[in-house]
Amino acid sequence: MTDVLDPVVHHGHDDAHDEHHGPTGILKWLTTTDHKIIGLSYTVTSVLMLVIGGLFAEIIRFQLASPDGHLVSLAQYNELFTMHGSVMIYLFAGPFAFGGLPNIIVPIQIGAPDMAFPRLNALSYWLYLTGCITMLSGFFTAGGAANFGWVAYAPLSNALNSPGAGADLWIGGLLLTGFSAIFTGVNLCATIFYLRAPGMTLFRMPVFTWNLLVTAILILLAFPVLTAGLIMLYCDRHFGTHIFSVQGGGVPVLWQNIFWFWGHPEVYILALPFFGIVTEVIPVFSRKPVFGYKGMVFATMTIAALSLGVWAHHMFTTGTVLLPFFSFMSLLIAVPTGIKIFNWIGTMWRGEIWFSTAMLMAIGFVVTFLIGGLTGIYLASPPLDFFTHDTYFVVAHFHSVVMALVLGGMAGLYYWGPKITGYILNETIGKIQFWLLFIGTQVFTFPMYLLGLYGMPRRMAVYPHNPEWQHLNEIATLGAIMIGLSTVAFVINVAYSWKKYPAGDNPWDGHTLEWFTTSPPPHHNFYRLPQIRSERPTWDYNHPEHRALEHGQHEETHA
Amino acid sequence: MTKVLTVDTPALPPQGAANRPRGWRRFRRFVALPLAALALSGCTLPKFGVTKGDTTSSVSVFHLWQWFSVGAAIIGAFVLVLIVWAVLRYRRKGDNIPEQTQYHLPLEVIYTVVPLLIVFVLFAATMVVENKEVANPTNNVAVNVNAFQWGWKFSYPASDVVVVGETTQTPTMVIPVNTNIHVQLTSTDVVHGFYVKDFNFSRFALPGVNNVFTLRPTQTGVFFGQCTQLCGLYHSLMFFKVRVVSQSDFKNWLAKNRNVALYNASTKITDQQLSTLVATKYTGTIGEH
Amino acid sequence: MKQVSRILILLGAFFLVLAIVYWFMSKESGGSIMIFAGSLLCFMPGSYYGWWAKRMAPHPQDSKTGTHEEGAGVVATFPGTSIWPFTLGMGAFFTVLALVFGIWLLIPGLCLAVWALLGGTAEGRRGGHH
Repeated sequence: MTDVLDPVVHHGHDDAHDEHHGPTGILKWLTTTDHKIIGLSYTVTSVLMLVIGGLFAEIIRFQLASPDGHLVSLAQYNELFTMHGSVMIYLFAGPFAFGGLPNIIVPIQIGAPDMAFPRLNALSYWLYLTGCITMLSGFFTAGGAANFGWVAYAPLSNALNSPGAGADLWIGGLLLTGFSAIFTGVNLCATIFYLRAPGMTLFRMPVFTWNLLVTAILILLAFPVLTAGLIMLYCDRHFGTHIFSVQGGGVPVLWQNIFWFWGHPEVYILALPFFGIVTEVIPVFSRKPVFGYKGMVFATMTIAALSLGVWAHHMFTTGTVLLPFFSFMSLLIAVPTGIKIFNWIGTMWRGEIWFSTAMLMAIGFVVTFLIGGLTGIYLASPPLDFFTHDTYFVVAHFHSVVMALVLGGMAGLYYWGPKITGYILNETIGKIQFWLLFIGTQVFTFPMYLLGLYGMPRRMAVYPHNPEWQHLNEIATLGAIMIGLSTVAFVINVAYSWKKYPAGDNPWDGHTLEWFTTSPPPHHNFYRLPQIRSERPTWDYNHPEHRALEHGQHEETHA
Repeated sequence: MTKVLTVDTPALPPQGAANRPRGWRRFRRFVALPLAALALSGCTLPKFGVTKGDTTSSVSVFHLWQWFSVGAAIIGAFVLVLIVWAVLRYRRKGDNIPEQTQYHLPLEVIYTVVPLLIVFVLFAATMVVENKEVANPTNNVAVNVNAFQWGWKFSYPASDVVVVGETTQTPTMVIPVNTNIHVQLTSTDVVHGFYVKDFNFSRFALPGVNNVFTLRPTQTGVFFGQCTQLCGLYHSLMFFKVRVVSQSDFKNWLAKNRNVALYNASTKITDQQLSTLVATKYTGTIGEH
Repeated sequence: MKQVSRILILLGAFFLVLAIVYWFMSKESGGSIMIFAGSLLCFMPGSYYGWWAKRMAPHPQDSKTGTHEEGAGVVATFPGTSIWPFTLGMGAFFTVLALVFGIWLLIPGLCLAVWALLGGTAEGRRGGHH
């Protein structure tokens, strides 16, 4: 009986073909189907989108620093916040969350050579890239980019109120990125269902992979609804249909129902992968296993299941939705989210916590998400939503949450960057980036909570003269500047650390399978694999005397 | 407390050591104190950023906000303290590998069930206030509010009075104090938001939908309102006011502003707009600098 | 496979109950249909995997004691470099641009798309480059 922890060659297929030939340069990039290169392309492109969306944000915040700012016109302002939201959600957060890091990491975490459908994976990336180009090219049209908010409510988004190519390019860009997402969802499901290594049962998968599986199912449930809605909107705009206009018997609020049926699962599609990143980082830097692994998995599935039944909490003020049903379901989602937060704390509890940049970012995520999540609970109560809806209170709530996601994303980049590139990022610059980002986020969001409660609506290019409002806006702008500086710090770090600090296979003493292979991994990911007998195969291999025992099992005594 | 490298004892299942006493003591300290302070302060909770407002339902909403905030503050403080404690107390001190605790079922059950109970309480409180807010008593004064790009029209069907204004003209909706005001809110073009901060309330004006709600103002005064749902170019400037006056002043104002011809013409325009949904003021200029 | 099937069917059942509850509470057809469709979307692969799980030998990946020897052999086919995803992406790009700038863009769009689908299928049948 072999010692269960001996590494054994896994792949029976012919790896002697390791390519040292094949296309090079740009042709190599255009024809790649390697999930690592595709994922890296996704990551770089989405971070570029983050920077573009961030630039829009900085312009917005400078406009709002004074009540009658003249930085941009009323029309340009409407384009700015529309494209800020659209770029950030559709072009940065989504693709980063389910196309970037997961593409690279999920196959390696489950011991697979690649994604199940490599060419479909590549297609997803090209659809995403062309979707970005399509949506952003609205700025170069005569009428400007889309200007009806990232949610494009009907009838504002119809041909009468939003004529011009910018709106259609927005729709077109979303059709492309929508299909990109759907194909990635298919790929993730198939990969996780079929390509796990022997011994890697579902309940031994890392929580990151679990979260991506649930995200993939959510993508398949939600994105087709958005795509259908967009096609309906396009038909209303160009083919004379009246799906969303009262004239002709349509129902404008139907757009809101369709959009938010996608829109709410979308925010969990965005959040769950970042939850997953944090659930990988915290155990490693606490030197303990995830606390409550099964609870985490069930909480994720509960969040996903509930998320399909809460969409109309975005529509409480329409007066056309069943308030008690959506209020109750929305309040319920707080419970699995709370379970996750307690499990993260439980993981750190009695650990040996090591404050690398990745861990700082992860802790920053938990704190910021706690704040954003708690303010979300108010919004689940219709009487409280009636007077906060469409004010800066809501803007502050979701920015708390998405800035938490950015912190989580940075944790992922600092944690897995060495695995992907083979080089570690500088820790000092990383810590500067963290403090700028974390403090900047709170300085940015807290004034906006108050602004909303004091009556400032959202999507305002100018606001009435009011020293209190102006003062709070100035502080929020300061926070935005800090966040911008943190992004600059990140770019500086990448440039400064370029090929400077070689990482080795396992710089963080990581637990999961990706830390067993080289940095970066070879073609088809593994030269050898350990036996998989728990959810921490690499940890078990490196620290056999500290295996977390399965329930009821007793440790074998070593001779 | 120094940690010695430990080896898992074969006989012990890997359950987390019960840290309940410490956690419980800490919990009691952090909950008891604020609750005591609350009780001692004679139950005047902090405002948490919101005001009582000037209608009957705004007061209930305000109280609901306060209680939600108390809950959020307690839970938030509790969790934040746990995080800060963990981060400070369990900093790495050497190369030791800590006990590899994976789960603690009783604790996990507690922090599943307790939030669930809190959710039920929040939902019950929400329903009480919501039922009050959505009630529409029959003895009332009717006002029809029509939102359009980019202004407001207030009409009083029983008295043939209409008030209309655009953007910074800031039309004023005059209503009597201590009376049920029965509002029918609609739009003749895109979605708008009828929002009055001092009423702790807003509602969408949807084309093709008659949104009905009742307000009962409790104070006289002038209250500022704005459109909150993005409606196009001049969304930032779609202001209105609500002026609450005494009931006798209201009767006088109605009599003074009665204008049957204007009211009928205005109603006709609105009905026309509703049937064709063509915005009357849209000129299509893009990029106003 | 059986575990996957169970998870999907459980989700599907939850959505079915949710759809029914939502319909009877609200009588709103849009949301009810969308939730119900979601439940069908879960039942479909869930029941397929369940059906298949009964008829196949258990995979070593689903076994707690699976060994690498058991999983040895060809894992799957992984087509190497391929120009067809990019080509299909370009085809989709031009097709979408046709929605915005004019129907003439459908010509390059559909041509590239069809060419990519044919080329990609042929490449797949031949085993692709490695």
